[in-house]
Amino acid sequence: MGLEFTKDSFLITRVDEIIKWARKNSLWPMPMGISCCAIEMMAFAGPRFDVSRFGSEAFRFSPRQSDLMIVAGTVTYKMAHVVRKIYDQMPDPKWVIAMGACTSSGGMYRSYPVVQGIDLFVPVDVYVAGCPPRPDNLLKGLMEIQKKIERGEKPGQREKVYVAESTMV
Amino acid sequence: MKENVLEKLTTHFKDSILATSEYRGELTIVVKKQDIVRICQFLCSNEELRFDSLRDLCGVDYYRPEDRFEVVYNLYSLKNKFRLRLKVRVDEADLHVPSVTGVWSTANWHEREAYDMYGIIFDGHPDLRRMYMPEEFEYYPLRKDFPLMGIPGSLSLPKK
Ligand code: SF4
Repeated sequence: MGLEFTKDSFLITRVDEIIKWARKNSLWPMPMGISCCAIEMMAFAGPRFDVSRFGSEAFRFSPRQSDLMIVAGTVTYKMAHVVRKIYDQMPDPKWVIAMGACTSSGGMYRSYPVVQGIDLFVPVDVYVAGCPPRPDNLLKGLMEIQKKIERGEKPGQREKVYVAESTMV
Repeated sequence: MKENVLEKLTTHFKDSILATSEYRGELTIVVKKQDIVRICQFLCSNEELRFDSLRDLCGVDYYRPEDRFEVVYNLYSLKNKFRLRLKVRVDEADLHVPSVTGVWSTANWHEREAYDMYGIIFDGHPDLRRMYMPEEFEYYPLRKDFPLMGIPGSLSLPKK
C-alpha cells in the first residue's frame, strides 16, 4: 500500500508510508565537497540542474541537520577521520553518495595518501561514476537514494547501487 | 646582473662556493651547507642585490651514495627582477641544514614541507612539524625508496 488519493482530497496511508514519502522528498544533503567534484555538486544545486525539483535544495553545513552525505572529492587518510566524524554526527537514518572516481575507488590517485575508496571506512549507498560526474548523473544518484528509501531499506542491510557515467552531452 | 652576483659572492664567500652553473640564463650556485644562512642574509640585505623574496625552497632526493639529498633555494630580487638558485648538498648521515626562517619568514612552511617529505632537519626552525602527513606517520614519502602505494598500516583509517 502506497499513497492513495480519494475523491474528497483525502489521503489514506500508513504512518510509515507517509514518513518514507516525506523523507524521500526532503533529503537534506551534507555537502562534503573536498575537491574538484564539489564544483559539479554546486552545479547540481544550482538553477540549471536544480535539485530543488527533488526537494534536496537545502544544503546543510551542519551534519546534525542533514541525512544525506555527498562525498565529492579525493579523500586522503588525514581527511578520512574528518569525514567519518561528520558521518557519525548525522542523525539516523542517513545515506551516503560516493560521488566520482576518487571517492569510489581512489580514482587516478593510486598513491600513498589517498584512501582507495571511502567504503573502507563509511558505508556507501550509491556510487556515481565519472571524473567528475555530470550533475545530471548525481541527480540520478539522488533518485537511486529516493528509490532505496521507498523500498524501505534499512541502514546495515543495504544494496549498493552503481550509477554509470552519463552519456548526455 | 649575473656577473655582479657572482662577483659579490666570490669576494665575500670564496670558500663557501662549491660549484656554479648556468642553464638558459639561470644561475645556480652550490654552496656549503654550514654557510647557507650567512649567504642568504647577505643576498637579502645587500643594498645592490636585494634578493628579498624567497620564491621556493624544496628538497630533492637523488638517491646516490654520497650527498643523497639537496635543498634548493629559489630567490628573486624584486629590485633587479633577477632570479637566483642556491643549492646545498645534504648527506644521509647528517640530515641537518641550518634554517633560513630568520632571513625570510616564508621559509617556515617550505622547510616544514621538506622535512615532512624528505626528513631533512632544519636547525633553528621555530616549529618543525610535519606539514601534510599526520603527526604519527613515521616515513618520508618523497624519498625514492618509499613505495608509491605507501607502507600498509602506516596510516590509520577510522573504524567502519
Ligand atoms: S573524481 Fe575527478 S573530478 Fe572528482 S575529485 Fe577526483 S579528480 Fe576531481
